[in-house]
Amino acid sequence: MSTTLATVSYLGAIILFILSLGGLSNPESSRRGNLYGMIGMTIAVLATVLGPRVTAGGYPWIVGALAVGAAIGLYAARVVKMTQMPELVALMHSLVGLAAVLIGYANYIDPAATAHFQGAEKTIHELEIYIGVLIGAVTFSGSLIAFGKLSAKITGKPVLIPARHWINLAGLLVVIYCGGWFINTQSMAEGMTPLAIMTVIALAFGVHMVMAIGGADMPVVVSMLNSYSGWAAAATGFMLNNDLLIVTGALVGSSGAILSYIMCRAMNRNFVAVIAGGFGTGGGAPAASGAAPAGEVHPISAPETAELLRNARNVIIVPGYGMAVAQAQHTVYEITRWLREKKVNVRFGIHPVAGRMPGHMNVLLAEAKVPYDIVHEMDEINADFPDTDVAMVIGANDIVNPAAQEDPSSPIAGMPVLEVWRAKTAVVMKRSMATGYAGVDNPLFYKDNTRMLFGDAKKMLEEVLAALKA
Amino acid sequence: MAQLIGVPRETAPGEKRVATVPDVVERLVKLGFRVAVQSGAGDGANFADDTYRAAGAEIIPEAEQLWVSADIIFKVRPPEPDEVVMLSEGATLVSFIWPAQHPLLMEALAAKKATVLAMDSVPRISRAQKLDALSSMANIAGYRAVIEAAHHFGRFFTGQITAAGKVPPARVFIIGAGVAGLAAIGAAVGLGAIVRANDTRPEVADQVRSLGAEFAGVDYQEEGSGVGGYAKVMSEGFQRAQREVFAREAKEADIVITTALIPGKPAPKLITAEMVRSMKPGSVIVDLAAEQGGNCELTVPGEVAVRHGVTIIGYTDLPSRLAKQSSTLYATNLLRLTEELCKPKDGRLNVNMDDEVIRGTTVIKDGTVTWPPPPPKLSAAPPKPAAKPPAAAPKAAGHGGATAPASPRATAIIFLVAAILFGLIGAYAPATFLEHFTVFVLACFVGYMVIWNVTPSLHTPLMSVTNAISSIITIGALVQIAPPVADAGGRPTTWIIALAVVSIALVAINMFGGFAVTQRMLQMFRK
Repeated sequence: MSTTLATVSYLGAIILFILSLGGLSNPESSRRGNLYGMIGMTIAVLATVLGPRVTAGGYPWIVGALAVGAAIGLYAARVVKMTQMPELVALMHSLVGLAAVLIGYANYIDPAATAHFQGAEKTIHELEIYIGVLIGAVTFSGSLIAFGKLSAKITGKPVLIPARHWINLAGLLVVIYCGGWFINTQSMAEGMTPLAIMTVIALAFGVHMVMAIGGADMPVVVSMLNSYSGWAAAATGFMLNNDLLIVTGALVGSSGAILSYIMCRAMNRNFVAVIAGGFGTGGGAPAASGAAPAGEVHPISAPETAELLRNARNVIIVPGYGMAVAQAQHTVYEITRWLREKKVNVRFGIHPVAGRMPGHMNVLLAEAKVPYDIVHEMDEINADFPDTDVAMVIGANDIVNPAAQEDPSSPIAGMPVLEVWRAKTAVVMKRSMATGYAGVDNPLFYKDNTRMLFGDAKKMLEEVLAALKA
Repeated sequence: MAQLIGVPRETAPGEKRVATVPDVVERLVKLGFRVAVQSGAGDGANFADDTYRAAGAEIIPEAEQLWVSADIIFKVRPPEPDEVVMLSEGATLVSFIWPAQHPLLMEALAAKKATVLAMDSVPRISRAQKLDALSSMANIAGYRAVIEAAHHFGRFFTGQITAAGKVPPARVFIIGAGVAGLAAIGAAVGLGAIVRANDTRPEVADQVRSLGAEFAGVDYQEEGSGVGGYAKVMSEGFQRAQREVFAREAKEADIVITTALIPGKPAPKLITAEMVRSMKPGSVIVDLAAEQGGNCELTVPGEVAVRHGVTIIGYTDLPSRLAKQSSTLYATNLLRLTEELCKPKDGRLNVNMDDEVIRGTTVIKDGTVTWPPPPPKLSAAPPKPAAKPPAAAPKAAGHGGATAPASPRATAIIFLVAAILFGLIGAYAPATFLEHFTVFVLACFVGYMVIWNVTPSLHTPLMSVTNAISSIITIGALVQIAPPVADAGGRPTTWIIALAVVSIALVAINMFGGFAVTQRMLQMFRK
């Protein structure tokens, strides 16, 4: 395959990637979007392998590596549970980050790749390697920690080291210093030292950064790391003078950044504050702020909940992470179907940051075959709560916390929330009175029209369903 | 000292309702008020003076005495001019007022330095539902409309097969599925008729169906929900499509009940003379909008008219025709209002203008006209998804920076920084880098444009697919494995190949896994 043919193939792949992302913007075209992505990737890989920059001697290696990776990847994709989706995505980001690091190193030690660069070009090329490895390393370690947090292998609470901003700053200075050192080295062996130091610092920084971010902010982190993996690819593209990598990396990078921004806006959080880490960093200890809502909670039993639902005309279900944890989405759908057959208007209200990944709830509900036209966004459905007979909150806490609107001193003040308390009755399903990820007490539980249904979401919902059918 | 609530006898001819009932008198007394009822006030609704007395009310024989002595007057209909004269200076009046239709009455009441709460001006928000007398009355009117129709209709409502032959069920068509329309649907379905209903607000279709009727929608795209849960005036194109539906339905229907009202406007003329002529002889039209001019062109307000063999009922006093029921509901609405006005239960009214419900209901406050009120904050019916409800909008200061448009100063700074950055790059970077840099910046913008409109429900698949696409980094490894170099001397080939192969394998996991898992997710999204 000639150089021009390879370039044209790259162009085709780029167009397919753009179409792929565009297709993902609505459910009707999303499957086609994914298909475009696959075709684009196939074209890009084939054009590279058959193109002028790879000789036949490398084919066995390439085929072997691809086969091993494909087998593992397909297996993982098949067995993963939908509730574990955030973990899987985080883990996969880490692979891209690691690959970026390895490619950077390989490029650096390859004299053939750097031989023809002189002067400013050489400096820029080395800078590209340096930045590529830096972003890759941060992505790698950060994603691993995010994976640990999401799969509850590491505590979800923010781990805040004292003076962490100073540590970060010191790390940054060392990285910049090493960068200067790296560019000015004459031989490869010399340059290895600053590169290695920087890699270690970047890895530590990734760990530190994600450790400091609370579980509630994980959706933002996952999407931010997604963005990083794109920037890593773009940096690699600069390093290799490859426009396909640059464009695709930039696409992924900017889309991830925007997704993070959209989510931050949904939580009414400052993007920088989320990245810098820690909830309520400015507002002191969350638990101490504001008046702790006191009062009586009104417990309710599963049969009573069923009775409420049976007599309702309008029901809005607000799922949260608790539904995901309890794997209750199928039972939720059974209840929904039963009620809809009885002409009850059942809808779902999804908060933009419900769950641990953007769109997490939508994926779970889709898995349970809930039709997507009754699944509504917060802005669409919030005005309907006053007309709603029963609002059922399943394992959600912060996203339905009225303190966000009523208590200016609350750490989540100003965050848009689903106004379930405006419904005639709000049934809140919870395992205990514990606080949510934000660590904020929820005055919703003490409202007169709130009923608490304590217990495992799945078990309780099954009892509700049984009572409905009885 | 406890204030005296006076309940006079309604003076309008044919009005049988009364503003309070014995049960409610008891509750008012418990709130600390004294209650006086004019002798005979409850006769029309079958409440004798004695029952009021037993409930704790004082019976006053003459209207004048009652009007003069009372601090608060509870009434149903707007007061007549001679009644306004009797109202004592600075007193409070609670009744239907219809301020838009009665400017002279408003002036007269303001001159009396009165405080007037209009039961027709209760804001249509959910907290105020318990005192929404219009809904109570509409409910009764809707029910009564069916009963009146049945009375004038010469057949059964329900279909029967008897030894004497087969009786087809009556076909009822109801225009407007508000409170009255829904009540009419319920009553007509209960009598066994086949009911079809229409409304300009598509969201009520489910409510119509929930009562067992069919929704005869107009096949024309326009959103009909106005502010406060009322319908609004529709476009010309919609009205034409609507008339076609009505013409078709009227021809088939035995009974047509119209309930279409638009606040502050004459009732829309929906049933033309032509449509009436097309109806079967013996059919019945009940026009609940008769008081506002009627939905049917041939309606005679207040009367029953027969035109082209069709009986057209234009009664304007349907709630009064069910006097006991409507009095009880109205009295309860007034009680709920009183509770809102007298939170400490000390027998004194406190008209708190900061309360949204009371603010909306109060049309005159101490002689100052306060009508019309500011628009309600929340719509009772779901507004268009596109229109963001104002109640969801408030933002805490200091947190809104992300959504607020950037200030000119911030924009200027961003542009300045970008200009310096671009200047530096332009001055020092080699040409080849600039080519790539151009591509890079443009690609960032494409990514931004493509992603900005994605629906939140697809965020996870989107992230998963972008993750899979970031596997493109594998190309970096591919070109390192066996590049076409003439001189392989000094190249640590083993190392490079090892690193590249590991990279390819790692990225392949992501590539295949990412696309496969996205596919799996997307297959679950279904309508």
